[in-house]
Amino acid sequence: MLTISVNGRQQRIDADPATPLLWVLRDVLSLTGTKYGCGKGLCGACTVHIDGRAVRSCQTPVSSAAGKKITTIEGLSPDISHPVQQAWIAEAVPQCGYCQPGMVMSAAALLARTPKPTDADIDSALAGHVCRCGTYQRIRQAIHRAAEGAKA
Amino acid sequence: MKRREFLQSGAALVIGFRFGSAQTQQKQRINPFNAWVKIDEQGFVTLTVARSEIGQGVRGSLPMILAEELEVDWKKIKVEQASTLPDVYGEQDTGGSGSVASTWLPLRRAGAAAREMLVSAAAEKWDVGRETCVARNGEVTHGPAKWRLTYGELAAAASKLPIPNLETVPLKNPDEFHIIGSAVPKPDVPLKVGGRAVYGMDVKVPGMLYAVVARCPTFSGKVKSFNADKAMAMPGVRHVVEIEPVVQGAHTAGGIAVVADTTWAALEARKALEIEWDLGPAAHESTEVLWQQFRELADKPGKVIKNEGEAPPNVAKTVEAIYETPFLAHATMEPMNCTAHVRENSAEIWAPTQSPDWNRDLVARVAGLPPESVNVHTTLSGGGFGRRYQSDFAVEATQISKATGKPIKVVWTREDDMQHDFYRQATYHKMTGALDANGKPVSWNHRSVTTSIRVFWDPPDKVRPERQELGVAQENLYGIPHFQLEYAPAASYVPRAWWRSVSASFNGYIVEGFIDEMAAAAGADPVAFRTALLASQKNKDASRLLGVLRLAATKANWGEKLPAGRGRGVACVASFDSYIAQVADVTIRPDGNLRVDRVVCAIDCGRAVDPDGVRAQMEGGIVYGLTAALYGEITIENGAVKESNFDGYPMLRIKDMPRVEVHIVPSTEDPTGTGEPAVPVIAPAVCNAIYGATGKRVRRLPIRLA
Repeated sequence: MLTISVNGRQQRIDADPATPLLWVLRDVLSLTGTKYGCGKGLCGACTVHIDGRAVRSCQTPVSSAAGKKITTIEGLSPDISHPVQQAWIAEAVPQCGYCQPGMVMSAAALLARTPKPTDADIDSALAGHVCRCGTYQRIRQAIHRAAEGAKA
Repeated sequence: MKRREFLQSGAALVIGFRFGSAQTQQKQRINPFNAWVKIDEQGFVTLTVARSEIGQGVRGSLPMILAEELEVDWKKIKVEQASTLPDVYGEQDTGGSGSVASTWLPLRRAGAAAREMLVSAAAEKWDVGRETCVARNGEVTHGPAKWRLTYGELAAAASKLPIPNLETVPLKNPDEFHIIGSAVPKPDVPLKVGGRAVYGMDVKVPGMLYAVVARCPTFSGKVKSFNADKAMAMPGVRHVVEIEPVVQGAHTAGGIAVVADTTWAALEARKALEIEWDLGPAAHESTEVLWQQFRELADKPGKVIKNEGEAPPNVAKTVEAIYETPFLAHATMEPMNCTAHVRENSAEIWAPTQSPDWNRDLVARVAGLPPESVNVHTTLSGGGFGRRYQSDFAVEATQISKATGKPIKVVWTREDDMQHDFYRQATYHKMTGALDANGKPVSWNHRSVTTSIRVFWDPPDKVRPERQELGVAQENLYGIPHFQLEYAPAASYVPRAWWRSVSASFNGYIVEGFIDEMAAAAGADPVAFRTALLASQKNKDASRLLGVLRLAATKANWGEKLPAGRGRGVACVASFDSYIAQVADVTIRPDGNLRVDRVVCAIDCGRAVDPDGVRAQMEGGIVYGLTAALYGEITIENGAVKESNFDGYPMLRIKDMPRVEVHIVPSTEDPTGTGEPAVPVIAPAVCNAIYGATGKRVRRLPIRLA
């Protein structure tokens, strides 16, 4: 048995310690906002925060997340009110939407660290993410919008 | 009792109607409708619609059309996804860039019919002439005293009135449109950015187990023997079952399914399977061998598809080129998956699908059930691009559920998805053109060789190989006097099917690449050359294409001098009844590194119902086509796909995203496609820009400079 903290709740997990956090979140805890896209840390769809840092949950054994603070897209805000989510809505970013929770989590971690990111900061923070619908231009605009809003 | 009369009984006003082409009417289903409008006693409107949301925004655009004619607040319309039960719906396909184009008129008519019925109900209640009543914003009003009744108050009475003839019901004057063409918030965006949207991958049903399938790496290979002892001994594993390949209509690979309590347990156990494969006849196929076949076929005349005009006597210059394009994977962000629960007398399917009725028919066949007992729930799709037209994932889930008696979610890994796709055709083209002494093109010969989609799908005695291979290549929009097109199919075991924009995805590149070569041979400016040819044509297609060409060129400041290392290229393609021109700007660094800086895109898609949605589809189509142009190549080695994930099959990422500007031509024509037609334009625009920067032609995709 492992205990992990997800979105502020302690969860006791009966799983092989090597199980990627992704599958524990999705299959065991039914937190399906965190997406499977590649299983190799190549697409960013599975991004969650661990102690505030954006990490790939498909590359994180659940045992290594024990004792740390895990936040998933469901826990980023209870009512989709996080400034990044609001900026995403204002820019109508998503098309299919499947990659977007991961994008939002990386953008939120970026803004927490770098409140006024440059385009280069955005490129670097989102370099590991793939969107097949091609929403990158709107993602960039949404991050700038969220940064502007935070400044005001 | 007529079906329609039956449907509208009760307290709510319900109208069933149908989308789609005449072709679909040949299908004899119990229920002829595939869309429904319901107005309840609270005045809430439900649109039940058999179109899948795959990222193209149908849950935003379709209610806009309905709301406009119905005269209701757009936000009061709730969109419900049609299932294939309780009745058997008509055609439910989502594809061909047709979600708005095919529903435009039916939705307007349904909205207008409901509006007319509500007005009549109010007029009867008040005992006044119906021409004195006005429907607006969810209510009917009358006279200077502004008598008013809400749609909710009128729904029950309206439901007892006859439905107006949908063919002749009066439609709104488009000058009065205030929803169509406006910016409205997309209803499912908050769910998507909140992680609350439910895709096929996220479906959970009670008692569900997870399955993954070990499939033979070679196409057409089979299981020879297997030993599952080690896999069965692993924690969480419940079943290991062999599933047979299902060829007709599905083309599943078959294989060994591992069923477990979690996806991870199933994945780990799959690694422990010991399987001996019969690699089958495809084991000898490779990209290299296929290309040898391409070259041999292109050396001989093919089947003559077009031969217009006479061979010109006045040739001053000839141009020749070979164009080549590879197999491509769809690579939707959400890999294939499906959840199935097959019971003794019924089956339930939850699938991210573009084709629920095709899924249903195959599931029924595999489960041994009548189609009427199969209910397909269409979930959100994490990308479609044509891949989700297929039913292979539904067939697998059905087989495994039937074999185990449990509800099963079959999950494909990225590797499964990339190596067992239905690929965009690989193609090879021999082009020959001629110019007269004035630099006017007088002859065009296109000899096309492809791994035909229809050859893969159709029975050999019924096949017409060229049917889905030519498209824009057979439209002589430039009006070249001697126009020839020949075709030959190449043999291959590699499964292929519809990839976003289908044959336009390569034919747009070839036609627009080669016309650019003709312009260069004529010593003409690429825009001026195309403009002169299109302007000389007296047909609507040519003039609408010319319209977007001029718009894109103007907006891109075509003709300005660029610094060394930079290039600007143009391309224009008419596909899916829409007209698109793109101007691409590229920078090529001395080390050969290519960057696409900007794309100016002009589109004429008739009336833009949801202009921001159109812009999104242009941005998306450009990224999809640019990803393929820069990186996309599926390689076959020993009958199997070599690439397996985003490392070997790279994707465009944010740092490489060009600035995209979209300009929509104002139009009063009916809406046409937007999901696909941006895709075929970007590769030739970029390759023509590379020519502008370097003087080198790119005739093989993906682009490899240096």
